[in-house]
Amino acid sequence: MIVYILRRLGATLIVMAVVALFVFSLLFLTPGDPAAVIAGDVATADDIQRIRAKLGLNEPFLVQFGGWVGRLLHGDLGTSIFTNLPVTKLIGQRVQPTVSLTLLTLVVAVLIAVPLGVVAAARAGTWTDRLVMGFSVLAFSVPVFVLAYLLIGLFSIRLEWLPVQGYRPLGEGFWPWLSHLILPSLALGTVYMALIARITRAAMLDVLAQDYIRTANAKGLAPRAILMGHALKNAGVPVITVIGIGVALLISGAIVTETVFAIPGIGRLTVDAILRRDYPVIQGVILLFSGIYVLINLLVDLSYTFFDPRIRY
Amino acid sequence: MKVVFALLRLFALALAFAMSPAAAQEKVLKFIPQADLRILDPITTTAYITRNHGYMVYDTLFATDASFHIQPQMVDKWEIARDKLTYTFTLRAGLKFHDGQPVRPADCIASIERWGKRDSLGQRLAQSTESWTAVNDRTFRLKLKKPFPLTLDALGKLSSNVPFIMPERIARTDPFQNITETIGSGPFKFVKEEWVPGSKVVYVRNADYVPRKEPPSWTAGGKIAKMDRVEWIYIPDSATAAAALNAGEADWWEQLPPDLIPLLRKNKDLRVENIDPLGSLGLMRFNFLQPPFNNQKLREALLYVVDQKDYVLGIGGSEANGHPCYSFYTCGTPLASEIGAEPLKGKRDFDKARRLIQESGYKGEKIVIISATDQPIVHAQSLITAELLRKLGLNVELQASDWGTLITRRASKEPVEKGGWSIFHTWFVGPDMISPANMPMVNLGEKSWFGWPADPKLEELRQAWFNTTDAASGKKAADAVQLAAFKSVPYIPTAQFIIPTAYRSNLSGVIAAPVTFLWNVDKK
Repeated sequence: MIVYILRRLGATLIVMAVVALFVFSLLFLTPGDPAAVIAGDVATADDIQRIRAKLGLNEPFLVQFGGWVGRLLHGDLGTSIFTNLPVTKLIGQRVQPTVSLTLLTLVVAVLIAVPLGVVAAARAGTWTDRLVMGFSVLAFSVPVFVLAYLLIGLFSIRLEWLPVQGYRPLGEGFWPWLSHLILPSLALGTVYMALIARITRAAMLDVLAQDYIRTANAKGLAPRAILMGHALKNAGVPVITVIGIGVALLISGAIVTETVFAIPGIGRLTVDAILRRDYPVIQGVILLFSGIYVLINLLVDLSYTFFDPRIRY
Repeated sequence: MKVVFALLRLFALALAFAMSPAAAQEKVLKFIPQADLRILDPITTTAYITRNHGYMVYDTLFATDASFHIQPQMVDKWEIARDKLTYTFTLRAGLKFHDGQPVRPADCIASIERWGKRDSLGQRLAQSTESWTAVNDRTFRLKLKKPFPLTLDALGKLSSNVPFIMPERIARTDPFQNITETIGSGPFKFVKEEWVPGSKVVYVRNADYVPRKEPPSWTAGGKIAKMDRVEWIYIPDSATAAAALNAGEADWWEQLPPDLIPLLRKNKDLRVENIDPLGSLGLMRFNFLQPPFNNQKLREALLYVVDQKDYVLGIGGSEANGHPCYSFYTCGTPLASEIGAEPLKGKRDFDKARRLIQESGYKGEKIVIISATDQPIVHAQSLITAELLRKLGLNVELQASDWGTLITRRASKEPVEKGGWSIFHTWFVGPDMISPANMPMVNLGEKSWFGWPADPKLEELRQAWFNTTDAASGKKAADAVQLAAFKSVPYIPTAQFIIPTAYRSNLSGVIAAPVTFLWNVDKK
């Protein structure tokens, strides 16, 4: 197992190196010039050229890439072209909101969706099942931003229960933190709930049709014990896979959610950096994302051994 | 159901009260700015949001008041020698930077010299300058090689780049490189530790600031910071910004999109107003280096069909948010006039335009309009222009991208087949366009602003305006520039529009000005 983990971590480094080279090359070829954005609308072409020279953007590709990799090996992701702040600081400022949003969404979604999926499977073909599946179709169909506006309109404007926008760090108190995340988590998590509920239902239906479940029923075991003790664990592999993939979806969905709710998270940092061509920030964030994706995949793979003892690494 | 909701609301409030830190007693203004502040240096960039940040933190030697007169701001008194070659300035007593250091002549000189390397009017002043010298702790002297009648206008310039005064050690930074410290002597201090780019900018009142005694008038007069703390909360989504203002989470939203104005007007706790007396000016810029708009006849043809009312509606959404302005100078300012404007102002004449197109020898060359969909003001103009050119039977293609791509692409001097362009739209705030000094009017060929017009006669007339010494001769020279511009057509003014602002009715002291200023604003 340890050898497997080490091998996967080694592969992670290779994946991140390939991503780094790919992203750097892509940014080099993409139209857009941070110097032009810095200079503003009234600047002349000469002004822009001089700013480019100061930023070192006229250097050949290999010189720029080599410099960036050299700094990266020393743990330095560079400095934002616009704000002059270190990329690590910019990412550091944004990690807590995004992690809070993602984790809360994940927890809420799993806590709601897995029981919904189990109940729908246990009562397959009944109105309960149809209701759950109807909810999941609806949740799949409503875009995140539409749901976000509906939630803001109801809970923030009409009922005045929750704030419209922004983020409060946990250090400022639990309720301020939570109150700013409830609506974003619901908006972001609804699609995710639908996905998990459907997969849980399908996996449970598959397991519930197995012989050993029939045997358990014949032995007179309580339906709840059969569902939770025997069926759910064996339906766990596809569910956990979807949850893992879902984390990647959540991070991309967080970009929209963070924009609508004005949460200063990693998603918005990425979009802002792309729009203004802040190369060091884009490179830093994409490296971070690629690392997170690879690690999540590793964790998902490792978790299979818990749900299915036949799997060994 | 209502009872349940009320109980839940009460519970939420009680929980919020119990679990949040005690509210501070300080006065806090929560302000939604027009854009995200990402560059802190008001000299390296001309971005309006950075200019506005500059006005929070820095002060200026001179200022422009609501009557377009130049008034002293940091300067207490000044003298101009009879030969108009020597200016002696004395600073007001007690001026201090935010780090506690006094403002010295050396700081002012270094700041003006740095600004003079970037700003177009500053460069003019620098070209006429022989030397800047410190006389004593509060007095310094400017010696000119030749009279420059716009010296005080330049030092009191209202919009980008503004000659803000910084400590000498910061002002010695290369003018093409961003400064790394934000220390001014203005009414508010920037709190760098709380700055979250893309989200929040925090300022606190500068208790050491010594305001002038005169009432505030644009950048002139007393800049009294009445709020202890100002938070700029950047909300990129306009629907969310409207909701935040409606819910009282923000006190003021600087620039409203037209479609949300009716919604905000319904809220009796909000005031929706046009506080910008000059508004902004849209323009259509041509590429003079490539066919077909290197042909004067074709540019002139468009003057006869551009209908500014369409552009006002396209940008502002309503006639209440703008009006036609048939002048190359911001309407409502001293140099504005309609002299020579008949082709743009008269009845729209498609037949005349088609005749001119025929005379131009246009052979169906592709016309590429570059546009940016993330800039509604730019994109609205581009869509109207594309439709107009199609109506004239021209071979037009609208190529939309984001603003970052557009401003890179417009630097291309290549033909359209190789990534070049024919037309782009943009807009400037009113103060940037009040005179022949405006950037799009420069006619120095490849040294000009994007589009690179080269009309030696027009440039000569512009130079003559710079050398005028009184208002009457200045007006006459500006009229001559405008007459020539309507012949040469370096660009076409498309509309003068106003972007309304909205603030909560418990705010008072909002200054009506072309730039949003946050001094003098109080909150009940």
